Amino acid sequence: MRIVRVQAEDFDAAAEARALTAGRMDIGAVVSFVGLCRDDGGRLAALEIEHYPGMAEAAIALAIDEARARWPLIGATAIHRFGAIAPGEQIVLVVTASAHRGAAFAAAEMLMDYLKTRAPFWKRARLIDGSSENWVEPKGADDESAARWDLASR
Amino acid sequence: MKAVYFAWVRERIGKAEEEVDPPASVATVADLIGWLRARGEGYAYAFEKATVIRAALDRSHVKHDAKIAGAREVAFFPPMTGG
Repeated sequence: MRIVRVQAEDFDAAAEARALTAGRMDIGAVVSFVGLCRDDGGRLAALEIEHYPGMAEAAIALAIDEARARWPLIGATAIHRFGAIAPGEQIVLVVTASAHRGAAFAAAEMLMDYLKTRAPFWKRARLIDGSSENWVEPKGADDESAARWDLASR
Repeated sequence: MKAVYFAWVRERIGKAEEEVDPPASVATVADLIGWLRARGEGYAYAFEKATVIRAALDRSHVKHDAKIAGAREVAFFPPMTGG
């Protein structure tokens, strides 16, 4: 099973994990990762997330296919939100299911690295005092993390 | 072809999308960036550091040396910051 959703609404991580495993007796491991909107200094009003409709879904689906080619995944779900997201709210969900934990952990990590660096989403920070609205700069650490997987340039 | 712009590329150009009709001499994504850059101040600002600009043809990531012939939609955007 491969589920990809790009949506403004929040999601229920536990329900998504249950949907992935429902009726299956061969899954021994489910890894679920939730990325939250973090406010480091108490100044953030919200992150505004822009995306490329159509390509965002396609790029995430390709990443899941790539993960499935590398590890014996039984299922994977990826949900990414867009629009205004307040500190503490959920932004992204990755759930991977496999017979054993190694594949589930590795695939979840690869999918998150992909989502951070190659899926067409852009974050802008809106501050409480209204002083500035800056596009979030890409982090070198995210690129280095993604480079581990030697992802194709597409 | 349709050109679409995202994030600060969109803001600097001042529009989200437009139809573009480059001459036949514009063969690659890099050529197209050069051609767009000459269209005005906003374009010049958006593409001032061409190497940081990411591109997609028909919604697949491509490098700047990719040929644009046959593509219906080209997209330009900054490095992605999802997740």
